[in-house]
Amino acid sequence: MIATKETIYTKDAANKKISVVRDFDAPVEQVWRAWTESQLLDQWWAPKPWKANTQSMDFQEGGTWFYYMEGPDGSRHYCRADYETIVPNKSYTGLDAFCDENGKINTEFARMHWKVVFSKSANGTKVEVEITFTSEADMEKIIEMGFKEGFAAAHANLDELLAKQ
Amino acid sequence: MRRDVFQGIADPTRRAILSLIALQAMTPNALAEHFDCSRQAVSKHIKILTECQLVKQEHSGREIYYYINAKKMKEVDKWLEQFRAQWESRFEQLDAVLKNIKTKKS
Repeated sequence: MIATKETIYTKDAANKKISVVRDFDAPVEQVWRAWTESQLLDQWWAPKPWKANTQSMDFQEGGTWFYYMEGPDGSRHYCRADYETIVPNKSYTGLDAFCDENGKINTEFARMHWKVVFSKSANGTKVEVEITFTSEADMEKIIEMGFKEGFAAAHANLDELLAKQ
Repeated sequence: MRRDVFQGIADPTRRAILSLIALQAMTPNALAEHFDCSRQAVSKHIKILTECQLVKQEHSGREIYYYINAKKMKEVDKWLEQFRAQWESRFEQLDAVLKNIKTKKS
């Protein structure tokens, strides 16, 4: 059984920052893999009903993860994450962006800066995600883009994955 | 210039103004007394909050009263709710992925 874990969200509007903190019931090395290996990222990164599909992954400092999110209607949003710093099993930082199918960054959407920190917790691993936006308006814009349909189905997702096993 | 609720709440003084008038409608003078900054600075914040539609004003005799537009404030909650739902969806999937890694190993 997977216990429902509580996620802590903190919105720091003044600093245009949002933090998401959550515990996972697995050792740090496994959680790190799930966040940094493309074949694992593809299985969870896109909020349902979107699906992430990796085009290329170069997980190293200065490297890029290039992928698209596919919607139930077949529409695709291409995205990239450009990694800045990587400390294996501890943390990574990077910039994300929406882009075209060739990886060219769409400047209509502001990029978000990510910092993800992994640490050992009592029952597994604590993951702290810190997302910094360039403006408050961007925060709103990015969330509104495309994911709305996913929200209703969010909770059906886990059951479905478990049923497959 | 485009204004939205997030610009409204992005400033600490504006957040303080909102929490004051959430308790009761206030005149510009009454409001300014709560702040160290100049009256002009307070009215500038009020102007932005009005443009974001977070604050409404009502005339009562010769006085103007500012009060909070609760409906618009809810947009902030709604936004965070969407953000939250998006992450819940991801994390539930991640739980399943991690469980799968574990199962394969043992």
